[in-house]
Amino acid sequence: MPDAHALVNDFVIKLRKRKIEGSKATAKQTAELLRSVISQQRIPHINQSGALIDAVKGVGEQLIAANPVELAVGNIVRRVLHIIREEDLSLATAAIGGLGLDAGSDDDNDVDGDEHPVLSAAAVAAAARSALRPPSLQTLLEDLPNSAAVPHASSSGGDSDGKSKSADKTSRSWKLKHNVIEAVNELIQDISTCHEQIAEQAVEHIHQNEVILTLGNSRTVIEFLCAAKEKKRSFRVFVAEGAPRYQGHVLAKELVSRGLQTTVITDSAVFAMISRVNMVIVGAHAVMANGGVIAPVGLNMVALAAKRHAVPFVVLAGIHKLCPLYPHNPEVLLNELRSPSDLLDFGEFSDCMDFGSGAGSTLLHVVNPAFDYVPPKLVNLFITDTGGHNPSYMYRLIADYYSADDLVLQRKPASRN
Amino acid sequence: MQFHDKIRVEKAKKRAVKQIETRKRVDLFRHLPQYEHGTRIPDLGSKFFLLDPVHPAVYKVGLRYLSGDISDGNARCIAMLQAFQESIKDYSPPEKTLARDLTAKINCYVSFFIECKPLSISMGNAIKFLKTRIAKLPLTMSESEAKATLLSDIDRFINEKIILADRLIVRHALTKIRDGDVLLTYGSSSSVEMILLHAHELGKQFRVLIVDSRPKLEGKLLLRRLLGKGLSCAYTLLNAVSFIMHEVTRVFLGASSILSNGTVYSRVGTACIAMVAHEFHVPVLVCCEAYKFHERVQLASICSNELGNPDTISKVPGRKEINYLDDWASNENLQLLNLIYDATPSDYVIMIITNYGMIGFRSPFEFTSWVG
Repeated sequence: MPDAHALVNDFVIKLRKRKIEGSKATAKQTAELLRSVISQQRIPHINQSGALIDAVKGVGEQLIAANPVELAVGNIVRRVLHIIREEDLSLATAAIGGLGLDAGSDDDNDVDGDEHPVLSAAAVAAAARSALRPPSLQTLLEDLPNSAAVPHASSSGGDSDGKSKSADKTSRSWKLKHNVIEAVNELIQDISTCHEQIAEQAVEHIHQNEVILTLGNSRTVIEFLCAAKEKKRSFRVFVAEGAPRYQGHVLAKELVSRGLQTTVITDSAVFAMISRVNMVIVGAHAVMANGGVIAPVGLNMVALAAKRHAVPFVVLAGIHKLCPLYPHNPEVLLNELRSPSDLLDFGEFSDCMDFGSGAGSTLLHVVNPAFDYVPPKLVNLFITDTGGHNPSYMYRLIADYYSADDLVLQRKPASRN
Repeated sequence: MQFHDKIRVEKAKKRAVKQIETRKRVDLFRHLPQYEHGTRIPDLGSKFFLLDPVHPAVYKVGLRYLSGDISDGNARCIAMLQAFQESIKDYSPPEKTLARDLTAKINCYVSFFIECKPLSISMGNAIKFLKTRIAKLPLTMSESEAKATLLSDIDRFINEKIILADRLIVRHALTKIRDGDVLLTYGSSSSVEMILLHAHELGKQFRVLIVDSRPKLEGKLLLRRLLGKGLSCAYTLLNAVSFIMHEVTRVFLGASSILSNGTVYSRVGTACIAMVAHEFHVPVLVCCEAYKFHERVQLASICSNELGNPDTISKVPGRKEINYLDDWASNENLQLLNLIYDATPSDYVIMIITNYGMIGFRSPFEFTSWVG
């Protein structure tokens, strides 16, 4: 089994050189890498989840630094951290429950808090600490003396547990790892099958004699449209070519080979054609917490045109594309500027593009951004593998898949002492 | 002519190549003349002696249209009028009166031009002007006098309505450019180019952002000319317009025509630029000579448009790896659509700069008074 460090370094190099295309491939590879890291991580006896979390955060920081614009990497890292925390919580709950106490003791902090209002915050903190670490005499002695309410409950459990403590600890750490790896496998499975789940909803949105507009290339969109075609819905597709990458040509070729009526138009013709279009369906690079979309360049223009003509703008995105961050100045911070050679031949304008030659002829700037930001007010619907959602609902999904502690991935230096 | 009426089309053209082309028609544009593939030039050559003889100057200009040599509205109009001048010089009327015969000849030349490339609105207006002048010729005038009058009329038209008009537009527009401006322009418009060059000569400090689009990529030519004169430029494609619009202070656009309900009829993509500029609260100024105004009204870009060569969409010059659509003609599910013009709604435009002055847009205007 290759060493986790070597794998991480390989992956970091690939990310930095932008060798991996597409958020789905990136997400899948990130998840697989983290799975290897977790399985190879040696776990101490106490604070297992903390060690796992630290390890994953360390790797995650490196990956995100390699390609900050590829948000899928950060998403998967945060998902895995959330999985670790959740698994740990459920294991701790099960452990305490198995010791004859109220299974929801950790959740009944408010009940304890009612009896001892002064202690509620401390009680919650103690419960949280005890959830991360198994109940043991040592951890109890570390607790504050006036938070006796909760540790009292767990101390009785801890005392009775004392005999099988050591065996329990090793089995617990193994169980934690096992559960986490199982959950990460489920995550990888979800990422791989997100297309099918999204495509299942196609039939609710595409009816007969529809005209659909799309831009660029997206695997999700292809599967979505073909699923509607399977169900014998008749529609035609206008594909905007998406210069300067011309991915629209690839999409058109694929759609035509599957038997759909396709017309390729230039991006400039989008405003002209959109009055005759029933729906705009596009894929996304990433979805931000406010419902905004990071999409291939040109989609903001399409979204504005759709808004003007009251055409529904539908974004298809797998859950792995949902990022828990809010965008600040996304055009600049979450964008990549690509090479001018896509737009201009160096031979034509080489005298003007040579910034290193000092004074001389006038200099020319060529702007070639890779992404566009579409604000949430222009999006009508998100279709994800969990169903259709409003842009204003996306923050709610974040609470399901991510933990608040993981938003900032820098490890605090104090905890490394 | 209504091109969806098959019988009429067949009668008018008598070509055998129709079958392949009807399959590749985009249904939405069946009412427009479809682009016929490049078999036209040898075809025209063979028919040169079959049609009523066309004056060589007219033939030359027609070929230049066909090859795409002249695409700017003003240039097309001037070329056409100069060709008419040549043909009028060599013209000698037969038994019929000069007015009727000459009008018939002009009609014949115009249908030749239409065969090469659909007329632009500027050309249509110029032809209307010429026909009214011919009709107004007094019957008592001698042949040489009539010809001289017509030639001087055409000269005056070109001078007043195009050349001097452009100078007036430049003078008006210069008042709208301040130091430190970032000006955005789309494609290649002769009026906007003149404005930018004059402003630079006057010493105003500004930057130019040229937005270009496929398939014509006319902005590259403008870029080359502006760089040659020393303006500091930036260049991008239409997709990136949302990215750059936040630093733009003014948008200058050219137009092929302004219609009676205020709609700006110009190169495809102009509507997108105007829309994004409107969204970012950047003023949009359209520069258009008054002779290009038309009393028609149009709501969408589909009612009346021009279709270009679909092959230019499948091929990307300079990038051989983009060859996914090379065999598009053989696939019956696939069509390529190359629109030439589009209609920008009037609420996106803040001001129209013409040689008669600057027309602001707070409420829609009727432009019929400007026409003629």
